[in-house]
Amino acid sequence: MNSELAIEVTDITKRFGRFVAVDRVSFQVRRGEVFGFLGPNGSGKSTTIRMLCGILLPTAGTGRVAGFDVARQPERVRENIGYMSQKFSLYEELTVQENLDFFAGIYGLAGPGGAARREEVMALGGLASYRNVLARDLPGGLRQRLALASAILHRPSVLFLDEPTAGVDPISRRQFWDLIRAMAAAGTAVLVTTHYMDEAEHCHALAFIYQGRLIATGPPARLKAGLQGSLVEVEVEPGQLLPALTVLQTHPLAREAAMFGAALHVTVDSSEAIPTLQASLTARGIAARRVETIVPSLEDVFVSLVTREVGA
Amino acid sequence: MSSRIWPIMRKEFLEIWRDPRNLGFVLVMPVLMLLLYGYGISSDVKWVPLAVYDRDGRSPARELVRRFTSTEYFVVTAQVGSLREFRRAIDTGQAKVGLVIPEDFSQNLAAGRPAPIQFVVDGSDSNTASIAVGNIAAIGKSTELTPRDLRPQILVAPKLETPVPIELRTWVWYNPELKSSNFLIPGLTAVILMMLAAMLTSLTVAREWERGTMEGLIASPLRPHELMIGKILPYVVIGLVDVVFILLVAVFLFRVPMRGSLTLLMISSTIFLLGGLGIGLFISAATKSVQVAFQLSTLATMLPALLLSGFFYPIENMPPILQAITYLVPARYFLVVIRGIFLKGVGLAVFWKELVFLSVFAVFMLVASSAKFRKRLE
Repeated sequence: MNSELAIEVTDITKRFGRFVAVDRVSFQVRRGEVFGFLGPNGSGKSTTIRMLCGILLPTAGTGRVAGFDVARQPERVRENIGYMSQKFSLYEELTVQENLDFFAGIYGLAGPGGAARREEVMALGGLASYRNVLARDLPGGLRQRLALASAILHRPSVLFLDEPTAGVDPISRRQFWDLIRAMAAAGTAVLVTTHYMDEAEHCHALAFIYQGRLIATGPPARLKAGLQGSLVEVEVEPGQLLPALTVLQTHPLAREAAMFGAALHVTVDSSEAIPTLQASLTARGIAARRVETIVPSLEDVFVSLVTREVGA
Repeated sequence: MSSRIWPIMRKEFLEIWRDPRNLGFVLVMPVLMLLLYGYGISSDVKWVPLAVYDRDGRSPARELVRRFTSTEYFVVTAQVGSLREFRRAIDTGQAKVGLVIPEDFSQNLAAGRPAPIQFVVDGSDSNTASIAVGNIAAIGKSTELTPRDLRPQILVAPKLETPVPIELRTWVWYNPELKSSNFLIPGLTAVILMMLAAMLTSLTVAREWERGTMEGLIASPLRPHELMIGKILPYVVIGLVDVVFILLVAVFLFRVPMRGSLTLLMISSTIFLLGGLGIGLFISAATKSVQVAFQLSTLATMLPALLLSGFFYPIENMPPILQAITYLVPARYFLVVIRGIFLKGVGLAVFWKELVFLSVFAVFMLVASSAKFRKRLE
């Protein structure tokens, strides 16, 4: 096997009865890479992570993590991974220090070396001044960093983060991502799930998952470039947003049209379609304030991919 | 023993210690249950209301009444002057027992003749009635009057004048006063310990699932048996603390005699506790909800321990099918052990079979739940 590969997934599948939660998903993550797993809730992100952590047995396919097979060597896998679950595995009645002591204990990090490592992750997470605070009294951002600190105590070579920033304020989110990137720079492979598209921009590679299937993978830039045609942003009076959407969705030149904040995003084959779009809007009495091509965001890519998937 | 067990035990203790509800549950509830049940279920019949119809009125008659009311078994609630009033006192429940002293009572006594008196007992509460009848006979015996002179009857039965052909001299062993608490408290200890043990473990595992911390544990290199042992040991310790609490309440409050070996009691309790903790783990493998775990563990332990252990109802009186089931109820065996130690002061020679069964049960439960647990982790 390729020693550069930290995670290697081939056709991994999980069925719960007749429901296919994960359908033949394959991807690879290299050491030092931050790999983003994107998709709406219930799309199979967490199920995939749980299979890779050895919590759930795959129905079919294989997964290798840190060189070990997730189905056959789950114990070896667990020694080499850090896992931060959606709910953060923290003990509410224990202080920051006690939580770290506990996780250090179950990862066999007793002794002076372990104590030094605990101080190290505590400093890394900015938790030192909160060491005697009960976990339940910590604000969201600190809880998240404590969960991360607990997950990286044993220096795992692969880190799984399941929606690590859900319910955390923007500043804490940014600090958190700084930490993640620093760890990746030090050689850790990170697989992170999120449904925040802006966070996906932090990743070296992305995988879009929708209804259990992988619909696209690649670096963010390539995914954006792969968006066929050009993306046009249309800005109209707020009251005319819905009529404008109706016009554009049925327009022969528009491949897709979707709301995007206070504006509309329309995918067209080429930017030459802009005057025609504008004319159609004016014909319906809609004054377009601005119609121009833009660089697509990952959300545009995702919407486009899903539309194609659903249409197919 | 693996070094990973200690951090789990420590965490478990910290969690119990930090949450006052836990502490109350673990340390106060058993004692509270013992008090409630101990006082509530007592089958001693004391302070029975007594109606006195004294047609004699002389001092020997008054002395007789005093004999009865100087004990804690009877209290005079009605002094009546006619048979009609007497009847009404019993009918209205003002008195459960009525005493009629005939006009010639003192004369007969003085003349050395049999001096019959009549007791009328309200038989509508048959349990109280039969105990009261027993108490009447006992008190009668202890007076200078011979038992023959006392005629307890269930609601105005015809007087019997035939002499008693056999004189019974009963000697009650182990519990000479036949105090029901002596019998009930050791039995309650078994019920409470069983329920507590099953509840504690099933709740501690279910809580980890509910809070999402179990996922973190599963994704760690922790082995299932390490987690199980780490979770069980703290509750063995707590269970034994409860045993001590219960023992103190039993001996100092309920005045239950403790005649046997304390060491033996602690060892047997540990074995019994392990079985209960095993039931709890087994239940926690079946549910991830704290609520369901709570209900299941109560149902699975309290009812059998209460009804099928011989605690309330003698096993010999049960229908054969129920009798067969009682062999699977660990409390049945522990009851023999604990009553033996408390009341009889007997040792291993008497109840080693019961202890062997309890040990087998504990090992079986722990192994079975461990097997189920393992699958959940994969």
